[in-house]
Amino acid sequence: MITKPLIKMEKVSKKFPNVIALDNVDFSLIKGEIHALLGENGAGKTTLMKILFGMLKPDSGTIYINGKKVNITSPRDAMQHKIGMVHQHFMLVDSLTVLENIALSYEKKPIIDYNEIEKKIKEISERYNFYVDPKSKIWQLSVGEQQKVEIIKALCGDVDVLILDEPTSVLTPIEVEELFKALNAMRKQGKSIIFITHKLDEAISISDRITVLRKGKVVGVVKPSEVTKSDLVKMMVGREIAEMINKDKYKSNENNIPLVEVENLVVFNDRGLVAVNGASFVLYPGEILGIAGITGNGQRELAEALIGARRVSHGKIKILGINTTNKKTRDIIKLGVSYIPEDRIRFGILPNLSVTENLLLTNYDDPRFSRKLTVNYHSFRNVALNLIKEFNIVTPNLQTPAKFLSGGNLQKLLIARSAVKEPKLIIVSNPTSGLDVATVALVHEWLIRMKKKNVGIILISEDLEEIIKLSDKIIVLKEGKITGNFVGEAKITEVATAMTTKVST
Amino acid sequence: MDIVTSLLLESIKASTPLLLATLGEIYTERSGILNLGIEGIMAIGAFTGFFVAYTTRSLPLSLLAAATIGILLSSLHAISSITFKANQTVSGLALAMLGLGISSVAGSKYVGLPLTLTLQPIRIPYLASVPIAGAFFNQDFLVYFSLILSIFMWFFLNRTKYGLQIIAVGENPSAADASGINVELVRYLCTLFGGALEGLAGAYISLAYLPGWIDGMTQGRGWIAIALTVLSLWDPLKGILVALAFGSIDALQYVLQPYGIPVSLLNSLPYVVTIVVMAVATILLAKRRVRPPSALGTPYIRE
Repeated sequence: MITKPLIKMEKVSKKFPNVIALDNVDFSLIKGEIHALLGENGAGKTTLMKILFGMLKPDSGTIYINGKKVNITSPRDAMQHKIGMVHQHFMLVDSLTVLENIALSYEKKPIIDYNEIEKKIKEISERYNFYVDPKSKIWQLSVGEQQKVEIIKALCGDVDVLILDEPTSVLTPIEVEELFKALNAMRKQGKSIIFITHKLDEAISISDRITVLRKGKVVGVVKPSEVTKSDLVKMMVGREIAEMINKDKYKSNENNIPLVEVENLVVFNDRGLVAVNGASFVLYPGEILGIAGITGNGQRELAEALIGARRVSHGKIKILGINTTNKKTRDIIKLGVSYIPEDRIRFGILPNLSVTENLLLTNYDDPRFSRKLTVNYHSFRNVALNLIKEFNIVTPNLQTPAKFLSGGNLQKLLIARSAVKEPKLIIVSNPTSGLDVATVALVHEWLIRMKKKNVGIILISEDLEEIIKLSDKIIVLKEGKITGNFVGEAKITEVATAMTTKVST
Repeated sequence: MDIVTSLLLESIKASTPLLLATLGEIYTERSGILNLGIEGIMAIGAFTGFFVAYTTRSLPLSLLAAATIGILLSSLHAISSITFKANQTVSGLALAMLGLGISSVAGSKYVGLPLTLTLQPIRIPYLASVPIAGAFFNQDFLVYFSLILSIFMWFFLNRTKYGLQIIAVGENPSAADASGINVELVRYLCTLFGGALEGLAGAYISLAYLPGWIDGMTQGRGWIAIALTVLSLWDPLKGILVALAFGSIDALQYVLQPYGIPVSLLNSLPYVVTIVVMAVATILLAKRRVRPPSALGTPYIRE
């Protein structure tokens, strides 16, 4: 196919402190195609697109649109060239409503006509099956819902080129299918889509062409029909990855003392509505309990209640036989509970502090690193170096601010941090969302390893396959109620059915 | 005139400089810039207002000059904190001291000179005769201006595209940037606008409230305005209420004096009340989940 490209990026280079993010990268987009940008975390996919969207300034290189050289120095310029972007880390104003966030980039008239915008949102919501309450504030929404807002926001604007940065990482399989339908519809209307992803299957199923990036360089531009999955893996990673998860047969642990007992738990969400509605379950040491469900069905509130970050209004939680209902988070953590939250940047790390300091964050009072009043950085240094090696955290050095690490490396950092204390109970929320194949394997291996050390794990995930693969027991949350309860082997279809069961009120 | 009406009349007058300064700071802070220099801007505004009125005998000109000097002074803060991403607390405090210092030096020859030209009340027919509430309609031009401005500023902030842009810039500048908003421009405009109102607030004191020039005549009203910005929950309409409440404390001093309460105790009233109210308000705010603009005081630097 010899078509003049709509967008052409030539010899683009970008250097960050100590890291070469992009090294003479060429990229082209043809009108009406879905172009996947495939690569591992830190390969430079997002950096390249942030340059196209005017959020980053390249060190060198040129951008052509319709053959004309253009200078894009801000998102405003990009939007004038009809380029829209859905960011992986959402660009939404938390304290404003969905409506206001969309009005922010969409409204042309001086006085905002909220009725008109609401109509437009409704139209797009219906066309692409993306329902969100326009009057909700962003902070009240789950990550999955926020993603929908981002997509609707981009669609509201009149764009020719839509860049989507890892759009499926927070969507359920059904939602992904809906998104793909929507993208196909947009392609038919002549819009061009750049689809940043690290998921091979997605790249193969949706795109017309795939550009593979590795460590800031283009490895190749291929058509999905011309390559196999393993070819792509080799291009992405530079080697082959064997996935080795040995799930043991489920053994009943019920003679042991339960690690977690939750009884008839009722928790409210930020809007003051019931989020968890009478959930009960028991977890024994050495078990992985999977909590499945579509985002926003009470998973976050349940996790927050377990670690004491949210008030329990009814019911009881016992950890290691101790009643921890509405106890302080600090005291609960002291029992040996480790929580790895879902939104890593917002709740997990301090972006301006160094890698060492972030690793120390939950461990500073450990007698090994604490001199009562001061922190013993010296003794922690070796521990930090070992953690970086053990968990394969890619960082220029120990002093690098955490904000310069890629998403996968941040997750590895969080996991490494929780490993210092040798926890007895780990609560993880979507531990592999947005991570590449190699990191996902590392996270899964770590969870299995912890389980074998008799640690109890509560795994909250929207990735059904992940839950099925790892869990000994599964409960399904729908509108705060447990609609499914599986022990041992579970079938994916059965769990999926429970996820969409109608809850009688 | 009964005592209630006259107290209200005085309270409204006393609240006007507070309201103007608070309105200015509300917009500045909504855009994410903390300007602690209000006291200095007001002091120079007060002197400029007095000086221009004294020399040119033109009130419009003196108000214009006070607003202009406010813009110039706040532009110092804007340049250092927006363009050069300096620490806003330090820059603001420096501005406060600079303003107090300059006004004191420049005004030293003019202390105590009589000002015959002052802002005079404009009676609004019929409305001014209404009992008690009539006090609102027997005021000077700047009082009417500040009240109407509050309403307009509320509307602008909550109903227009530009207001939404200000809020977005103050809450999440990266998101605003990604939506194509010029973060620095919005912050500049809000800071300069705030400066203009703070200059006017100062001029109100020297042209209407206590006509003439005395060194330090702003009496800490600039600092109180910073507290009032928080108490108003960054809402121009609530700004009227909190300014009026503090204005009445000011006016109350004169009413209570004849009853033998020590003057120094009365003089300290506004400041004591500020501390108490701020402490109580902070607790209430936490419960209602109202919080300052998220990006307040943080410079925006694109990655």
